[in-house]
Amino acid sequence: MFEDLSEKLEKAVQSVKGKSKISEVNIAETVREIRRALLDADVNYEVAKAFTTHVKEKAEGEDVLTAVNPGQQFTKIVYDELREILGGERSDIKVADVPPTVILIAGLQGSGKTTFVAKLARHLKQNNNRNPMLAAADVYRPAAIDQLKTLAEQIDVPVYSIEQKDPVRVAKETVSMAKSLALDTVIIDTAGRMHIDEEMMNEVADIKEAVDPHETLFVVDSMTGQDAVNTAKEFNERINYDGVVLTKLDGDTRGGAALSIKKVVNKPIKFVSMGEKLESLAPFYPDRMAQRILGMGDVVSLVEKAQEEYDEKKAQELQKKIKKDKFDLEDFREQLQKIQKMGDINDLVNMIPGASKAMKDQEIDEDAFKPIEAIINSMTPEERRDPDVLNGSRRKRIAKGAGVKVRDVNDLIKQFEQMKKMMKSMSKMGKMSQAMQGLKNLPFGRK
Amino acid sequence: MGFLEKIGLKKKEKLDKGVEKSREGLLDKLGRAVAGKDEIDAATLDEVEEVLIRSDVGVNTTLEIIDRIEERVAKDKYVTQSELQQMLREEIIKLLKEHRPDHPAKFEADLPNKPHVIMVVGVNGVGKTTTIGKLAHLYKKAGKKVMIGAGDTFRAAAVEQLEIWGDRAGVPLIKQKHGADPAAVAYDTVAAAQSRDSDVVMVDTAGRLHNKKSLMEELEKIKRAMGKVVEDAPHEVLLVLDASTGQNAMQQAKHFTDVVDVTGLVLAKLDGTAKGGVVIGVSNEMDVPVKYIGVGEEIEDLQIFDREDFVNALFGDSAS
Repeated sequence: MFEDLSEKLEKAVQSVKGKSKISEVNIAETVREIRRALLDADVNYEVAKAFTTHVKEKAEGEDVLTAVNPGQQFTKIVYDELREILGGERSDIKVADVPPTVILIAGLQGSGKTTFVAKLARHLKQNNNRNPMLAAADVYRPAAIDQLKTLAEQIDVPVYSIEQKDPVRVAKETVSMAKSLALDTVIIDTAGRMHIDEEMMNEVADIKEAVDPHETLFVVDSMTGQDAVNTAKEFNERINYDGVVLTKLDGDTRGGAALSIKKVVNKPIKFVSMGEKLESLAPFYPDRMAQRILGMGDVVSLVEKAQEEYDEKKAQELQKKIKKDKFDLEDFREQLQKIQKMGDINDLVNMIPGASKAMKDQEIDEDAFKPIEAIINSMTPEERRDPDVLNGSRRKRIAKGAGVKVRDVNDLIKQFEQMKKMMKSMSKMGKMSQAMQGLKNLPFGRK
Repeated sequence: MGFLEKIGLKKKEKLDKGVEKSREGLLDKLGRAVAGKDEIDAATLDEVEEVLIRSDVGVNTTLEIIDRIEERVAKDKYVTQSELQQMLREEIIKLLKEHRPDHPAKFEADLPNKPHVIMVVGVNGVGKTTTIGKLAHLYKKAGKKVMIGAGDTFRAAAVEQLEIWGDRAGVPLIKQKHGADPAAVAYDTVAAAQSRDSDVVMVDTAGRLHNKKSLMEELEKIKRAMGKVVEDAPHEVLLVLDASTGQNAMQQAKHFTDVVDVTGLVLAKLDGTAKGGVVIGVSNEMDVPVKYIGVGEEIEDLQIFDREDFVNALFGDSAS
């Protein structure tokens, strides 16, 4: 996400970087580049204008021209400004003093509300120990209720729905139902609606009034163009939401809408949603996002994601194994499965500083792990624990079992040995990108 | 003379602030910009640029349009407001490709193939399934025998959603269960359409982001499966774009065209305030026509794309 924008800004700032003396002409040129990059990135026209004007003023006001390192100084100004627009400290979902906490979700059609509702429920259940109940208040779109129910089943969360097309009633009854079942959280999925549809906007306002939610979230597609400000503003006027959710950030959108919305309605972006897996939800960190925009990577998010999946104790055991050179193919398979659980591998790669650039236009296939797993699965436990026993005939048998060529088995084992060496040599998370480099070189790992 | 020099970073910061303005039509704005003048000056062109950017036309396409106008203005010297409006219309219409005779947009038109196989693709949430429901209805209303296939076997309840649309339109649906191989569904659908003598068959596909390589490869496979039943099928590949999408629509069009060779565009959700201006550049660069627009959630809310109407709407004739 945001790669294109960071690339462009980087390029723009680079025209300043390295020049020992920077004239006002240079600043104007760079600022112009930034501005065009922002417009290309779908940042609202007004917002882009305000942004660049600020940057220019700051660059002129501060002693960029006489600074020891003008390039760095300039980068800092752009970064600070971006961070400021993206907005302050991050804020959590409000929790009710007396349960249940009621969360209302609204947005345009196709923005990804229903998927987000399921992701949020999973997140609250898994990470915050909460017991959510979902309200199926999208009574209009064909099969919307089925969709919510199917997703809810996957995460084992109850859904409340009624026959009648009365979303206000659904919302109210879900709240009382949750109360009587001692469930502490209610998430209300509403129908997608156009912000200029008077009747539908009244309806969502009515729902809000009826249940008086503790948190109201506006869901918006991160690919949205200039109109993002109109919808964000209109929804804000009608339901005065507490926060924004950015969806589909796993695409290659430059995501300028995020900047625009934040600037126009001044509500925090609380979550970013990436991908169709219900695990792919992350809190929004403005400073990290600003860093990303500037191509500084997002290591902290990656580490947190990893922590969610990795059990501390197991990790220590693993560390020991690596140190003692006892890391075997069993462990390797387990790690692969964990990585897959962390979400889209490409999103993970994008969080590593510099990685998105190195990986440009190359995608790690989500299915890339399947043949690797198949190969390891075709081995006997003994072979997995001690790959040294793998002679020619064993390799042939494994290849046949996994439906691959013997060469693929050879490659995998070779890569595994290399990786083992590398893992031994690196002890800190800080060298994660090297590990990813190793991943990239796995057979099938690259297309 | 860079673009940004023209549109921004300018000495003059006039213009009332706020987003409200973007709802205003171009003509209103141009009216203001040239009020009292009879000639076009640089400031007027700045205004034009701003309006185009605000309609999601994008920097590159906007520049192209402005350059063409500047060329014409330079030739004619004295251009009035109404002449400028006319020029703008003409230049934008030129960028929007025409409907192709082998892919008629009209529902009554004779179709060049039987069954005429249409594949519908796009990223998540743009309105593919809804578009198929409306198209099925309109083809049927025009006297065609229609069949649809529930090729989105991935998203929860997508099959059920299309089933409801099929019922509404009164057309038969071919489906398998959730999680089934979409290529197999596509194959079955086209085969069924052939054996039941359908005129038109439309196959839905799961929404997918265009940068997901494996999912895009799957799409290619789905397409090939149809070709195994009927030679040259699908005859039409419709890419559905959301009118509120910004410049990313260009990336979507490029990637989908690379993989499944898109032959037509559908601009959905044009009933909001978004102008969908990005399709101008998409149509021009991909050399594909915009065939339909979606304008609401009812089954009748789909229209054949008309370039003149679109340009008028872009310019906001009575938008407010």
